[in-house]
Amino acid sequence: MDRTDALSRLQSAGQYALELEAVNRHFGALVALADINLAVKAGERRAVLGSNGAGKTTLFNAVTGDFLVTTGRIRFYGEDVTTLPAHERIRRGLRRTYQISLLFETLSVRDNLFIACRGISPRRGSLRRSGPSDPDVEMAEILAQAVHLEDTLDDIVGTLSYGQQRQLEIGMSLAGAPRFILFDEPAAGLSPSERKDLIEILDALPSHIGYVIIEHDMDVALRVAVSVSMMHNGRIIKEGTPSEIENDPEIQELYLGSRHG
Amino acid sequence: MKQVHPNWWLAAALLVLYPFPANDFFTVQIGAYSLILGTIALSLMILAGYGGMVSLSQLTAAGLAAYMVPILGTNTQGVLGFGWSYWFTLPVAVLTAALFSALVGLIAVRNSGIYMIMITLAVAVSVFFFTRQNYEIFNGFTGYSGIEAPKPFGLDLRAPIPFYYLCLIVAVTFVLTTLYTARTPFGLSLQAVRDNPRRASALGYSVPAVRISAFFLAGIIAGVGGIMLVFLNGRISPGTIGVDVVIDILVIAVVGGLRHPIGPFLGALAFVLLENFAIDLIDRERFNTVIGGAFLLIVLFSPDGLLGLWGRLKPQIGLASMTTKRGSQSSGLDIEPNSLKGRLSNENV
Repeated sequence: MDRTDALSRLQSAGQYALELEAVNRHFGALVALADINLAVKAGERRAVLGSNGAGKTTLFNAVTGDFLVTTGRIRFYGEDVTTLPAHERIRRGLRRTYQISLLFETLSVRDNLFIACRGISPRRGSLRRSGPSDPDVEMAEILAQAVHLEDTLDDIVGTLSYGQQRQLEIGMSLAGAPRFILFDEPAAGLSPSERKDLIEILDALPSHIGYVIIEHDMDVALRVAVSVSMMHNGRIIKEGTPSEIENDPEIQELYLGSRHG
Repeated sequence: MKQVHPNWWLAAALLVLYPFPANDFFTVQIGAYSLILGTIALSLMILAGYGGMVSLSQLTAAGLAAYMVPILGTNTQGVLGFGWSYWFTLPVAVLTAALFSALVGLIAVRNSGIYMIMITLAVAVSVFFFTRQNYEIFNGFTGYSGIEAPKPFGLDLRAPIPFYYLCLIVAVTFVLTTLYTARTPFGLSLQAVRDNPRRASALGYSVPAVRISAFFLAGIIAGVGGIMLVFLNGRISPGTIGVDVVIDILVIAVVGGLRHPIGPFLGALAFVLLENFAIDLIDRERFNTVIGGAFLLIVLFSPDGLLGLWGRLKPQIGLASMTTKRGSQSSGLDIEPNSLKGRLSNENV
């Protein structure tokens, strides 16, 4: 089955995981997001491309709820989450990673992953310690394995290498039954072999988990995504399959041009 | 079973045996008073050390609990005094402090760094002036006096040695509870919010809820400390919660060290010793200079307080081998290194 088939299959079945309707975000006079319409199916893997300053990370921040949108609607699995605070959106199954790792640097890898697992549980505020047989403690270890950090479980995160912090960043986004994930440049700064690991981790995700990935590395982006949205100056200017985007003359001039030229 | 370092047993033995060679002055005015100031400063240390939130309202919370004792119980001033038994008065006093602290948290947690310090200082100053000018509830400038500790089951808590042990039990209980709580999901989430509030929120934690809960729990500790303070002094008046004392508590916590709950108690002991004996070292007019100078030196040479100073001296005096080892699970007695300076710069991220 080629990617076009996979895309049309996704578009014909299943509900939308993420819908953005005429979303605008202004910072003073700066229009960071302009009239964004975006619909991503449950299980769909979408790449967002665009040059620096195109508004990709701003889009993620708006979807996560780091700030509220100026106008427009955001729906997550049909539910209007436009005005919900970030932690409420996360509790509904949304996850994200950050372009620059945002981790709990003074705590261990184990604690970081445990905090991530417990965050979506109603027992997040428990005043009783969790024993080694606690499901969230076990899950933290499983996640560490999934992102190849099982040997550094008790290391303080601030002492990890850059690549390991990027892996932990992804591990934390996989905690507790995610339904949809936003990956913000997960491959940034990784070595070629670490990139291969990353693609492996992304490909190993269960098929019902859809994601949006911001990625400058076209090899990674076009390899893992079945659909692509192209952003420029806060707008989405094109959508299509990876091959359509790659061969679009306008896109080549705007974005890929610099790569081939 | 957790490994407990022999130094802790030594410290415990010293604390338990201390009142026997000591006279009443050393038992109460040095021993018990240090433990009480340490308990109140612990309330601040929890917020600042684990939560990255410097609150200057914790002494005020303690003071309100202290005021509740003569207001709800009995007093000789003839103002209010509902005559409740201690069994009701004390829990309500502690709850008052906890709710007050949580309320301060509610107002302050959306700000951080210098702004939170300013807001909590403003609350402390306004409560101070309110108690001084309000005669219907707080009996104004005079406050309340003649307050006595209870005699539960015939045990006279007004006597020096029983009172010292009461303060010791309170302090040890709160230190152990703090160490335990730091490793619970709540304690971890508080440290997560300190390290990176944005990320904590992107993991499903409500940052304000975590912070306000921490203020509530810290308020319980402050409240109990306040009750001990009113039992020690036998009186409570606005001067007890004045701005100078607020600063004393901050100095105690910072000088002691914010990395471990034992820090505030070291700071309190140093403070109480200096306060009592600096006057013997130097002219009566200048003993505040000695206190200030001593703290300046400590902070200059050890930004993480007396605790950090000990950590640095230990290897040099041949105790390096006694450093606790990290097991696969944290022992609970070690705490994530995080200086105040580091936290304040974290907030700019």
